[in-house]
Formats: sequence, structure tokens, C-alpha cells
Amino acid sequence: MSQFVMPSLGADMESAVLMEWHVKEGDHVTKGQVIAEVETSKGVIEIEVFEEGIVEKILVEPETECTVGTTLAIIRTEGEQEGKIETVISPAPSDIPTEEATDDERIKASPAARRRAKEMGIDLFSLAAQGEAVHLSQVESAEPIISEPSVPQMGGMRQAIAKAMSRSNAEIPHYYLSASINMTPALHWLEELNTKRSIKERLLPAALLIRAITKALEEVPELNGFWKDDAPQISEDINPGIAIALRKGGLITPALLDAGKMNLDQTMQALDDLITRTRSGKLRNTEITQQTITITNLGDLGVESVYGVIYPPQVAIVGLGRIMDTPWAEGDALCVRKVMQATLAGDHRATDGRIGAKFLEKLNDLLQHPEELL
Amino acid sequence: MTKEQIKTAIIEQILEIAPDINEADIIPDKNIQRSLEIDSFDFLKILTALNEVLGVEVPEADYAKVDTLEHMMEYFMQRMES
Repeated sequence: MSQFVMPSLGADMESAVLMEWHVKEGDHVTKGQVIAEVETSKGVIEIEVFEEGIVEKILVEPETECTVGTTLAIIRTEGEQEGKIETVISPAPSDIPTEEATDDERIKASPAARRRAKEMGIDLFSLAAQGEAVHLSQVESAEPIISEPSVPQMGGMRQAIAKAMSRSNAEIPHYYLSASINMTPALHWLEELNTKRSIKERLLPAALLIRAITKALEEVPELNGFWKDDAPQISEDINPGIAIALRKGGLITPALLDAGKMNLDQTMQALDDLITRTRSGKLRNTEITQQTITITNLGDLGVESVYGVIYPPQVAIVGLGRIMDTPWAEGDALCVRKVMQATLAGDHRATDGRIGAKFLEKLNDLLQHPEELL
Repeated sequence: MTKEQIKTAIIEQILEIAPDINEADIIPDKNIQRSLEIDSFDFLKILTALNEVLGVEVPEADYAKVDTLEHMMEYFMQRMES
């Protein structure tokens, strides 16, 4: 028997609203299956279950706010199912946290009521009576706690970014390196490849760049991982967090999971899918917690170079600037080439500049031979 | 298809792919990507969707000819006539 709990989706998260169940009691679930959706400051996140089994009991109703660690459901694992079903399945009542026992950490309210309460500065706890759901009308007729007009609330996402970046700046001794990369060969190669393809199969430079970065990380793994317990930890999986700007403001850096194992076409598809789901607010919990390095590409905004702030506990962030026509010396000749500034901010506790330099050099090498990135 | 119908089709696809944009923000002679903050991924998606609706495929070499709503309308108009 195992408990399916509200996961922590970032160090700053204290609670989230369970929005929807994708399963019902008695359903068979497999490892990695999405079984619920929760709403956080990062949008709606799909939550996966980490073991195979049967949904024994669902303990929390949709649209309930739960603190991290609250048991949401009980999963009966396969082994327990065999044989003595009757005795093993139904746990002693005291084993399962009941609705009543945890009322203080869950308030039922519709999303509209929740939003309005936040705007008006009303404490939902004060309206939730005897486990009854709070309705919008109740919120609207309630007296705001703060009588004078409140300062516009900072969004949850802004606060999450503020917390992580303050911690980064306080704890991580950053070092910065940059390299000019001649992108003409790579762009030429890509253009040629794209003329032979239909519009649906077209590849974008961003996919090629991410593919090059993951390949370079295979050779310089020290930058792919974490600084934890005063020691560097190299991650075997390469899950680059891709900085994706939301048009309404804000930024999310979801992980492109297992990018190290993808070829160029797979990278393009996965990236396309990740951007679409980020913008429509449909990410999975693993995607917002498993990043091993960050890649930020402010190229679309037209800046030449970006010196990033490392997202702890990661140890590096790669920045890609706008690709620009630039004077370039080749042998004795001066010519014009498409040039991109690639930068690296590294955690000096985990690596030295030599490692960072090796990475940028490898990245440059790969982009001069793009056919190897297919 | 008339020029107006093409315009409607283009605007429809832009709003479909970037739902947080207001139709009023789409200014005919402004660069679509820059003025609406549409990145290369969304731009490609818009062109892919328009290919399905209008049957015209825009090669990468022609991207400069479809940078604004006005240019895009002209581009598709010409290609659909021929």
C-alpha cells in the first residue's frame, strides 16, 4: 500500500489545488502514468504516479487546495493484490488520513471563488464552514480583511523566480565565459536540409543548438548536474531546462527530458511539444523538477549575449544570443558571417573556468560540423 | 478566395496559435514576429497551419516576403491565383 501525495513542485511551493483526477477507484495504473492535474503558480501541472498498482482510494475531491505532502490517494501495489486480498486491501481506518482529520489543510472552493478571494484579500479559511465548499457568492459578499485598497499582489510565478534568483545570487559564486561562434556553416546546412523537407518536417536553429549543447555536455558532463551537500553531483540524464517566455509575462524553464538520447528530429519534435504545452499550461511534474542545466536563448529578443543566473541546485546555465551578420576573419581575409555569442555561467564551487572553456570549445566544434548532429 | 478572406484566414491562424494576442494588436504593416512577440516556433506553426488551410507552402527563402500581415496577404493572393 502506498500513499500518493501532493508532490513538491519547486522549493517555493507550499500548496497547490488538485484540479482533476484522470483515474477512478479500482483503476489500474502504471509507473509514469499521469493520474491527476494540479494548479500551481506555474500553471496546471500533470502529476505522474511512480509505481504500478490499483487505485485503492481517492481521498481528495477535485478543486481542493492541499499542502505539499498531503495524501491524495492510496495506491495498492501489485504484490499486495495477490492472495489475501480481503485482509491486505482494506487498511485499518487509522492508516488512511480522513477528510475530517485534515480539514485544516484543505479548503474546497471553486477556482473563480479562489481568485476573487485573493483579489479581495479574503481568507478562505474564514469562509469554509464544516467542510462545506466556498462559493463565489460567499466570497463576494464577505468583508475584505484589509479595508484599504491592497497593493496589487505579485503573481506566484514572479515570487518563485524572485526566491530562486535571490538564493542563486547569494549562494553561487558565478564565473562567466563567452565565445563567438560562426553559425554560417550550420545555418547553410540546415537551410539545405529544409528545402528537401515539407513544412511540417522543417527544423529550426533552436533545435540544432540544443542538440549541439547536449552533445557537448556528453563530453563535458561536469556542467550537467547539481551542487548538493557541499559536493558536485554529475547527472547521468541530460534534462536541459529550456527558458520559455510566456506572452502574458513570466518565464518557465521546463526540462526537455532525456534530450541526451534524442537525435535532431526528435529534439525538434520534443521542443515543439514542450513549448506548446508550456504556453497552454500542461506540463508534467517531472518536467518542472528534473532540470540538470538551463539553456536560455534570448535571440528572439535581439540581444547579442546573455549572462545567465544559475538556477540552484544546478551548476551551469548556457546563454545563446542573437545570430548576427558580423565581420569575421578567415585566414587573411575579412568577410561577413552569421555569428552567435554563446555564454556560459558556471558555479565556481562545482567547476573551474577550464571546464567551462572546454564546453564552449566543444560546442563550437560541433556547430562547425552540423551533419554530425543529425 | 478574396483578399479579405485570406486576411481572415491569416488572423484566425495567428489567434489560434497565440490565443493571448488581441486581434486589435495585429497591425497590417508591422512585423508579425516582432510586434506580437511570436517566436520562430510559433511562426513556423502559423505557416504550417496556413499551408493546410490555403494550400500554399512558404519556403524558408521567402520568409522576408511574409513578414507583415499585408505582405503575407499579397504573397498568398499571388500564389493562389497562379
